[in-house]
Amino acid sequence: MSKGVAITGMGIISAIGNNVAENYQSLIEGRKGISRVSKIKTNHVNDIMVGEIAFTNEELIAQIGLNPDNSFTRTALLGCLAAKEAVNNAGIDNITAYNTGLISSTSVGGMDMTEQYYYESFENEAVQKYIESHHAGDSTQKIAQQLGIDKSLVTTISTACSSAANAIMLGARLIKSGELDRVVVGGADCLSKFTINGFKTLMILSDTYNTPFDENRKGLNLGEAAAYLVLESDAIVQKENKAVLAYVKGYGNANDAFHQTASSENGDGATLAMQKALKVAGYTPENIDYINAHGTATGNNDLSEGRAIIRVFEDRVPDFSSTKAYTGHTLAAAGAIEAVYSILALQNDVIYPNLNFKTQMKEFDIRPQLEVKKKTLNAVMSNSFGFGGNCSTVIFSKES
Amino acid sequence: MDALKQELKEFIIEQLNLEDINVEDIGNDDALFGDGLGLDSIDALELIVMLDKNYGIKLTDPKQGRAIFESINTMADYITAHRTTN
Amino acid sequence: MKKVYINSIASISAQKTFDQAEFLTDLIDHEAIVIPVVNPNYKAFIPPAAARRMAKGIKMSIVASKMAVQEAGLEQVDAIITGTGMGCLRDSEKFLSNLIDNDEQYLTPTSFIQSTHNTVGGQVALELKCKGYNFTYVHSSNSFESALLDAKLQLASGEEDDILVGGIDEIGDHTFKLQELVGHVKREAVKTSELLKSKTSGAVFGEGANFFVLSNKKQASSYAELIAVKMFNTLPKISVPETATAFLANNGFSAEDIDLVVLGYNGDVDYDSCYDVLSHELFNDTQQAYYKHLSGEFNTASSFGFWLASKVLKLQSLPEVVKLNDIKSSGFKTVLLYNQYRGENHSFTLLKTC
Repeated sequence: MSKGVAITGMGIISAIGNNVAENYQSLIEGRKGISRVSKIKTNHVNDIMVGEIAFTNEELIAQIGLNPDNSFTRTALLGCLAAKEAVNNAGIDNITAYNTGLISSTSVGGMDMTEQYYYESFENEAVQKYIESHHAGDSTQKIAQQLGIDKSLVTTISTACSSAANAIMLGARLIKSGELDRVVVGGADCLSKFTINGFKTLMILSDTYNTPFDENRKGLNLGEAAAYLVLESDAIVQKENKAVLAYVKGYGNANDAFHQTASSENGDGATLAMQKALKVAGYTPENIDYINAHGTATGNNDLSEGRAIIRVFEDRVPDFSSTKAYTGHTLAAAGAIEAVYSILALQNDVIYPNLNFKTQMKEFDIRPQLEVKKKTLNAVMSNSFGFGGNCSTVIFSKES
Repeated sequence: MDALKQELKEFIIEQLNLEDINVEDIGNDDALFGDGLGLDSIDALELIVMLDKNYGIKLTDPKQGRAIFESINTMADYITAHRTTN
Repeated sequence: MKKVYINSIASISAQKTFDQAEFLTDLIDHEAIVIPVVNPNYKAFIPPAAARRMAKGIKMSIVASKMAVQEAGLEQVDAIITGTGMGCLRDSEKFLSNLIDNDEQYLTPTSFIQSTHNTVGGQVALELKCKGYNFTYVHSSNSFESALLDAKLQLASGEEDDILVGGIDEIGDHTFKLQELVGHVKREAVKTSELLKSKTSGAVFGEGANFFVLSNKKQASSYAELIAVKMFNTLPKISVPETATAFLANNGFSAEDIDLVVLGYNGDVDYDSCYDVLSHELFNDTQQAYYKHLSGEFNTASSFGFWLASKVLKLQSLPEVVKLNDIKSSGFKTVLLYNQYRGENHSFTLLKTC
């Protein structure tokens, strides 16, 4: 179990860019992708703001080169685009050359089409093709097919907003155990009326730009995104003399076991997840140079996460920021897009600002990084927490 | 007022699935949350929707609910003072 | 690498499987296109205050998980890993139909909260107060097997010692109607005992919750050893026998070593041929069993097959009702399970006595 887990490729599409380069540019320029929702017809249009991807489904279909009679949901379309970028970025021309799997994650799945055709399916045969696109595994199967991954280990994780972090975790485990030589890991979620209304009932949606770790935060903005990493074994990296972007150094998963949706006041689950990840990495808290926080800008998350960070790092809390103000909360994809951001941080030795912050929270005195900061980074911690008490932490490092 | 209180108790039992509780079990001054009836934050959100749907009262901040939902009496007082529908 | 054992099993199914002392003795011969579970006395396991917001899938899972933890003689597990193809479907449907029917007004949070796929895993953790590792796999007919593989990796490496693993799915009316619409459900009711004689398209649908404690420590209650589990997103029918042979060989076995093959036949003439290539060829001389006539077809129906195989290995007896052929093994030492759904997401699972 001492094997390293190399990251050799990454791909992303989010509200702040259609590929890795565009996302990085937006991050360092402090350009957020939050707006009024345009592609979903909802009565709440003036009550919420979202991180929406500019492309229409038709544009995405054209880019991927699908037949018009395809049954891809928006989640699958976004996922395909990001996963293909990751595989290209890893310089893979023959995906079957090694034992390659795909671990994807989603919370929405095919809900965008299901909610559109919920009753129409019974009358209009033309839309019945989406019935089998509803279940969470469907987008994963389609991404695998698009990547040419067949007769292989392909599965899907759904642990709400921590999903993609868990996909990375499982992928790392599969490489370390020798179960797979190479694995594409990540997640995809599109916006849907279902999630907009669902979060609305929980009264945790902000009606303006979300403000992570701010005293007067009003809640989150939902977003849509997809991102994938290619993880490869040491053996492939050596044999192919591959460029390594970073390593998956540590990971930890724990359950808050406190409440169905809310995090415990002291962030028990989050604390455990961070501690476990440090242990797997063989690190002490001092080894972490930057935390890409979950920081959803809900009253509950930021307080609970902040307290957990203080519990783990005590009086030496490293620089931290949440990038949710840029992208919105992209649910199952969040752990994957923030993994890409963490790796970019390591590659460029840069910490992104926590946008929209004005007022220090009164419960503690830690304050997120507010400006772009150049600093040598060796290890970055990324947190992802979700409903059902799911807490996940992944640590990325420059060196194996 | 008594009819409203009766109505609220019936609604709470039905909407929040309190199978083993009868209207008589809920006193007008009993605490609905915590050690009383044992309701929690998700129930509070359910009650906020009920205020909107049945009485036309819109709350935008869940924190407002805490004082309003203390007991049947506080709920009835608030509804009587703020209702926009009959 | 440590060995991995199945230390306890619990099943809520369309048969009276929640009575741990029985083994498919008092059969219910359903005649339907969808067969719901036989409900246990949920109140005996779940306090009313906790039960009031629970979806059926959650209730089934809480009961099955408490039974499994108890039978394993544990107070707590280190991790909870569940598989569910569709999650708590009824609440998803309820929230969505309210959303559409009421034009996004007066929606309440309870059904939305239950609609997330990991709600079962989260609720079981809440009930057991388990702060450990908690994962939910949602990959069609490989949801449960993904959970098994994850648990096996962590137990073999010694990262964790006792893991609760479960497969759960519940029937939802609207989704069922959509499945009927696209012909995935049988058009006419079929009797449980006559499922494989139907020779028609589609399956009889079902639901269930099957939970297991897997451990790297063998104990008196242990049912079997989990040797291996392997999944394939695609697998042409023609490749199924050679893939089965290679899977066995990788684990040091050959087809002759297998005492029982448990196949996921669901009576769908369009796809049962995937099983035929094993049943009629590679394992023609091996004793065979099937189970979906008892459980119905659902994304995690294979967890019921896993329950069946575990029980066969411990009790060394095979109930008449699941026998697929007349061959009789002298004893049950090694069991192979194979499952797929509509030609996708195939899995092989290998168990052995311990």
